Amino acid sequence: MPDSQSVRQALEKKGAYGKDLDLDHYDVEAKETVEIDDLQKSDYKRYMENVGIVADEIGRSGTLMFIDNNPSHCSPKVQEGLEVMTTQQALKKYDGLKDHFWKAMDPTKDKYTAKTYLEDGNGYFVRVKSGYHIKYPLQTCMLLNTEKSTQNVHNIVIVEDNASLEMLTGCSTAHHTNDALHVGVSEIYVGDNSSLTFSMIHSWGKDTGVRPRTSTVVGKNSHYTNNYVILNPVGSLQSFPVATLGDDSSATYNTMCIAHENSDIDTGGMVNLNGRRSRAEIMSRSISMGGKMVARGRMVGNAPEAKGHLECRSIILKDGGTTLAIPELEAHIADVEMTHEAAVGKIARDQIEYIMSRGLSEDDAVSMIVKGFLSGGNINGLPAELQKELDEAIAKANVGD
Amino acid sequence: MTDMLKIADLHVEAGGREILKGVDLTIKEGETAVLFGPNGSGKSTLLASIMGYSTMTVTQGTITFMGTDITELPVDERAKLGIGMMMQRPPNIFGVKLGDLIKASSDNGEAVIQEAQDFKMQNFIDREINVGFSGGEIKRSELLQLTAQRPEFILLDEPESGVDLENIDLIGQKVHDLLFREAENGKRHVSSLVITHTGQIMDYIDADCGYVMKKGHIVKSGRPDGILKDIRENGYGEEE
Repeated sequence: MPDSQSVRQALEKKGAYGKDLDLDHYDVEAKETVEIDDLQKSDYKRYMENVGIVADEIGRSGTLMFIDNNPSHCSPKVQEGLEVMTTQQALKKYDGLKDHFWKAMDPTKDKYTAKTYLEDGNGYFVRVKSGYHIKYPLQTCMLLNTEKSTQNVHNIVIVEDNASLEMLTGCSTAHHTNDALHVGVSEIYVGDNSSLTFSMIHSWGKDTGVRPRTSTVVGKNSHYTNNYVILNPVGSLQSFPVATLGDDSSATYNTMCIAHENSDIDTGGMVNLNGRRSRAEIMSRSISMGGKMVARGRMVGNAPEAKGHLECRSIILKDGGTTLAIPELEAHIADVEMTHEAAVGKIARDQIEYIMSRGLSEDDAVSMIVKGFLSGGNINGLPAELQKELDEAIAKANVGD
Repeated sequence: MTDMLKIADLHVEAGGREILKGVDLTIKEGETAVLFGPNGSGKSTLLASIMGYSTMTVTQGTITFMGTDITELPVDERAKLGIGMMMQRPPNIFGVKLGDLIKASSDNGEAVIQEAQDFKMQNFIDREINVGFSGGEIKRSELLQLTAQRPEFILLDEPESGVDLENIDLIGQKVHDLLFREAENGKRHVSSLVITHTGQIMDYIDADCGYVMKKGHIVKSGRPDGILKDIRENGYGEEE
């Protein structure tokens, strides 16, 4: 672990990508703890439901919820093999989590990780014990509830060997919160012969700053899926999750975004193909409605027989914004096979008119194509639950104006 | 019989070139007309101009449908008035499922989807429209969509092209059903304009009249079987 002096110095370190946010701008301390016993009766229900969190928890393995920096609800259903608690509780229970606490993520990475480290960010701790396959998705929810405050959460997810888990994480602003900052550090560990599907739906205010920092270490012969969805306006969002794969493991990233006017989105992901025969697929689909959209994808081939494919597709519906697709392939040995494709532009006129020829208006035709582009088609690895949430979110997203 | 479609002195440009050079054509209620002509003569341009695709620019003349001048109307307005088209090579619509378009385009959509098996399309309802479809699958998809849409006037651009022999009868029957929708004692209400090269589809549609198009003009009209016989024996005459 780095000494706190170097972490303090890292508070001045800008993120590698995206706009530099002034941490001092968020000068309100969110101290209040909001305890929620019954999610269904909670004032926060609609904010949760907006990002795919099911209040009745039917078909879920439980819920862990944070409002600002404090836990407000934890209801893991009794299920053998699954442990859910806060990170602070886990640190006590497991003697400082010495193999997992700040091991996948370097706290000096940038000012956002440094701040989370120095403020002892709490968060969720999820562990699936070796040999257990958790049937229903576990849901976690992070709400930003105080104007001008910073939410600094530090999550740790461990899926041990021969185990599997699906997680749905919904993050949102609540009530009148708009100009606030969400920083979420997530360290994810997937063992051997295991799988984790980690899906996030975000919905923020038009001035919210969002800086998730996710790093995943995958063992041998395992699979990791990272799905990320943001369809509503946001101030400045920058996220670049990194996964490092062992032998015979694979990773799939799906990113689906709408960049509304005045939104500044910089997303994507990186996979280090460090294991023999490791494989990755990074897929990004975005719509620009006049905002700034940067879609990054980076793959690094470090081991023999590694394979990967990167795809960035973007539809531009409105002038005035910027769309930038940056697919990057980097190889350090000969025996790798990596490809990419990127396409940016408007919807082809013949497709719109084909749908119009069935009697749908031009707006309805465009909306149908856009929704299909984001949610349908050949996106691999979307769990049925997320597909349902995504379809609902897309149905609500305003792509017509 | 009243005029369903009346085209007068229609000039159309596509890709910066004049393709139709003064077409006059009238199709009455319940009438099925067959359009013959060599490749590049303007047949598909005429159908696309009637549907209103923006790749076609009308520079002169009018298209009137059931008394309304539709020359400047957008595609969806024409569809709402009752015009439907089976394209020869429709575009791939990535991400949009065939079933979703059928449901969105008609109150009748759900019921028609239940009939998809009759079109051998039951496994395509959740597929992206036209993506990876074979020639015959595209035709059956178009016919299923038109069946939901229930048009009064149907434009069929080579309905039998690219269809294997096994499926030609199915396509023919479905085209027949569209054309004879709500027919009473064999008397049709639905009208159509059908492009064919081989004449195979004529076994199913009981065509009333035939036209030959060359170099952007309609140069001949008459009984459809007579015209087909003449083309088979003598070709289209001079090379295009």
